[in-house]
Amino acid sequence: MKLLVCISKTPDTEAKIQLTPDGKQLDTSGMKYIMNPYDEWYALVRALELVEAQGGSVTVINVGPSSNDQIIRKALAIGAHEAVRIDAEPTSAWFVAHQIAAFAKNENYDLIFCGKETIDYNGSEVPAMLAELLDLPFVAWASKLDMEGNTATLHRDIEGGVEIVKVATPFVVSAAKGMAEQRIPNMRGIMMAKRKPLKVVEPVAVDDPVSVVQYALPPKKKGVKLIEPEHIDELVRLLHEEAKVI
Amino acid sequence: MSVLVFAEATQGQFKKAAFEALTYGRQTAELLGTACHALVLGPADNLAQLGRYGAQKVWHVTHDHLASFDSQSWAAAIAQAAEKTGASVVIMSHTSTGKSIAGRVAIRLGAGSVSGASQVPSLEGNELHVVKPVFSGKAYATFAIKTEKKVISVMGNAVRPEEVGGEAPVEQLSIEVPAPRVQVVEVQRVEGQVPLPEAEIVVSGGRGLKGPENWGMIEELAKVLGAATACSRPVADAGWRPHHEHVGQTGIAIRPNLYIAIGISGAIQHLAGVNNSKVIVVINKDPEAPFFKAADYGVVGDAFEVVPRLIEAIKRFKAQQN
Repeated sequence: MKLLVCISKTPDTEAKIQLTPDGKQLDTSGMKYIMNPYDEWYALVRALELVEAQGGSVTVINVGPSSNDQIIRKALAIGAHEAVRIDAEPTSAWFVAHQIAAFAKNENYDLIFCGKETIDYNGSEVPAMLAELLDLPFVAWASKLDMEGNTATLHRDIEGGVEIVKVATPFVVSAAKGMAEQRIPNMRGIMMAKRKPLKVVEPVAVDDPVSVVQYALPPKKKGVKLIEPEHIDELVRLLHEEAKVI
Repeated sequence: MSVLVFAEATQGQFKKAAFEALTYGRQTAELLGTACHALVLGPADNLAQLGRYGAQKVWHVTHDHLASFDSQSWAAAIAQAAEKTGASVVIMSHTSTGKSIAGRVAIRLGAGSVSGASQVPSLEGNELHVVKPVFSGKAYATFAIKTEKKVISVMGNAVRPEEVGGEAPVEQLSIEVPAPRVQVVEVQRVEGQVPLPEAEIVVSGGRGLKGPENWGMIEELAKVLGAATACSRPVADAGWRPHHEHVGQTGIAIRPNLYIAIGISGAIQHLAGVNNSKVIVVINKDPEAPFFKAADYGVVGDAFEVVPRLIEAIKRFKAQQN
């Protein structure tokens, strides 16, 4: 099997988001970055498991500048066989999907994995766009993926339940919690990652149809109103009369 | 030039998400000085009622290939419907369906898209500006859409459904729908529970509850409030609760009117997923729990004493209301 896993770089889950004084940009000074958890924990690991069971190769692809090589090397240390970096700032889902599609269209991947969303822009758009650009079926937010021959059975998270679907390769899937268990790279993996191929590819020309013009932080809470455990009726009264939520 | 709202039906029934998308679409159409139309794919009941939420017309597409969900068939149908009806803005819900198709529809239409919008757009010159939460709720970003065609998916609870009219005329729309390549084998639904992303009230438990056997009072509190249940990451990871209940930065982000956190300390990753809730109540025995800083109301006390009391207090309150 020939598998492609799309990985993104995002701020650490613990990162505090700060803005420049005019709110036009993020203040990224001192920001710690990680591989998007859905890409790393579920998409990449499930792809590796499939190849371990059936043979084949896992390529990871990232759209970003050379400073992204750190997270790409981590994906290689976890077990991916080779990596591709499209050398451009990932300015929008549209831009990223077009870059990956341009690379993937002649490669005939059996399966293209993404995370269900990135924890920075939370759009869930890249995998759907990629599937459309490549004219492939797409299963979003899959929490389980089993292969039998060239047919996959997937569990897809839907509101209040699970949808079980079947689809033949090739297709695009976005991975949600449950699809695999996180793997921590070991020393051997880290050493081997240094020698694995990381190909840098020039981007194709794409116009961004959207751009961020302003950021804002959520309004600050006014401060907590404490209620004594013995006077819990008071909490109910406040929720009804003051907050008007019950 | 019209605004076309894809009104999603579940098992033939329209739910809150569809009425929210319609309200959002109606307000967007007013902003642009154009008409708001609804689009319904596949079998559904009471199509004309979509007029109550602002649809001036309901386009209905029935086709064998829409019998079950496939992102490719459905996105193709929506994009063609937009072209056939002259829509320049397509609006849908940011649901599991919306997440499967919004990006596809955007590509098909050559449209700039924003997924998970939390506010009705504004017009700046001829650009549409759309606000959405980013960094899992740690910030908001305003996106400018520069293309003539636009696709927006609307986050749950972003707008309140507003009834503004009566029934709308329903017109059949004939469209070529490609055959689905994804086959739906089975749909398993948890009956009798409020789905978490749609819930207006959410009761959530953390490690402070000590074990899955203690969730009875969480479920009872949720029941008396008509709420959905949720949990923190350690609870889902330990297998005390199913993964789909995990809210937070690596779970799902929610924005209910009321979020009640019980025995959850309030790590930054958890707060990211819930801090867009309108009102937050925190019950925790540790007065230093960081969650109190993000809360509107707090009770410092043992959950095993406070929650049963709260259940009784709400039952008394509900009895008085009736």
